[in-house]
Amino acid sequence: MQSNLYDYLPILLMFIVAGGFVGGTMFVTHKLGPQIKSKIKLDTFECGIESQGNARIPFSIKYFLVAILFVLFDVEVIFMYPWAVNFKELGLFGFIEMLTFMGFLLLGFFYILKKGALKWE
Amino acid sequence: MISFLIYKTILVIVIFAVSLVVAMYSTYGERKIAAFMQDRIGPNRAGPFGILQPLADGVKMFMKEEIIPDVSNKALFILGPCIAMLTACMTGVVIPWGDAITIGGEKYSLQITDINIGVLYMFGVLSIGVYGVMIGGWASNNKFSLLGAIRASSQMISYEVAMGLSIIALVMMTGTISLKEITEQQAGGNWNMWNVVYQPVGFLIFLICAFAETNRTPFDLPECETELVGGYHTEYSSMKLGFYLFAEYINMFISSAVIATLYFGGYNFPFMHDLGLSENLITILGVVALFAKIFFFIFLYMWVRWTVPRFRYDQLMNLGWKILIPLSIGNIMLTGLITLLRQKYHF
Repeated sequence: MQSNLYDYLPILLMFIVAGGFVGGTMFVTHKLGPQIKSKIKLDTFECGIESQGNARIPFSIKYFLVAILFVLFDVEVIFMYPWAVNFKELGLFGFIEMLTFMGFLLLGFFYILKKGALKWE
Repeated sequence: MISFLIYKTILVIVIFAVSLVVAMYSTYGERKIAAFMQDRIGPNRAGPFGILQPLADGVKMFMKEEIIPDVSNKALFILGPCIAMLTACMTGVVIPWGDAITIGGEKYSLQITDINIGVLYMFGVLSIGVYGVMIGGWASNNKFSLLGAIRASSQMISYEVAMGLSIIALVMMTGTISLKEITEQQAGGNWNMWNVVYQPVGFLIFLICAFAETNRTPFDLPECETELVGGYHTEYSSMKLGFYLFAEYINMFISSAVIATLYFGGYNFPFMHDLGLSENLITILGVVALFAKIFFFIFLYMWVRWTVPRFRYDQLMNLGWKILIPLSIGNIMLTGLITLLRQKYHF
């Protein structure tokens, strides 16, 4: 099946409609609500005590590691889509090739598991 | 060209409005179902049976004071909920809401656009949704928000991998990633059954990932109120908070629609061509059937929310990475093997 450029036009239409709604609502609600500001009201939330410092602080490296692993795996996933669409034409040969590829993928996966990259304590 | 634009614009506005209304009444449904499960009455003051409650909530959100903390990054603070809401609405474009309706000899498809990369588009928009949460939580400059945002984004990206892998097994069977074609392959007659029959494991993985992607219980750690006050939207008030909450309900609606389309036949219903109905009537009944399936899954979301307690964070990550990803890779291999054997021995 071939898609032409016109098929993507409605996506732009949806973007305009949804964007207009979001922008309009933001504007209207900004105008409608009461505007009584005070120093304490504009402070960030803390459970009853004064907040210390700001939130531009370092956080656990685990989250960063998960993000890096996600990039790796998601690229693999995207790489598999064209193969999956043509799977029936490619037949046994394509299947074995993908098994090899997936074997390497699992090898890397096993390695990061052994390294403890996904250990949360 | 002009008539094409008018027809598409009308369709876009109708589907946009429908998703807003369904999301609005999901909040009402959620509260009523919660009340039923906990032996309470639920909202019953605004209108008969509290039916006007969502409207009252909406007006309240509109009229509330808007607070932007002094130390926050103001532009990003406003941008966060806008992205969340926008991406929630954008996914509905590729879902086939029904077959074509014939008016005056002209066929009007009820799908806004049938691009041949429907599934990929869906994933692309879904990934942008992470930015809404991340930007909002970071820009608040509050430690609770930051922790909530980091948790949310690493949860969402972890489950996105498993979600992508679970769909690959489906794509291997269908041979297309256009949602319309996937739906048409599940049309009744000739023993063409719904995909869930052939892909039960894939469906289960997809369902779990959909729960995690929409931040619903048991995966609602980003807004875990016992630890993080309100998670990434702690600092938000007025309609900005409303957008975050609303985006969650729209995401629930859209993901239910995607599950129904991919695994439960979309707008197809049993014996649709055997009853001797006219084409237009079949289309309308198909839309009704699709919405019945969608409402069932929205109900499932709520049912699970009031039944299953929240996971711990390490359990969540272990489930995503150590169980769902290997399981979906195994599912891909099994699907490939069976498909090849079927090709060879014709069963």
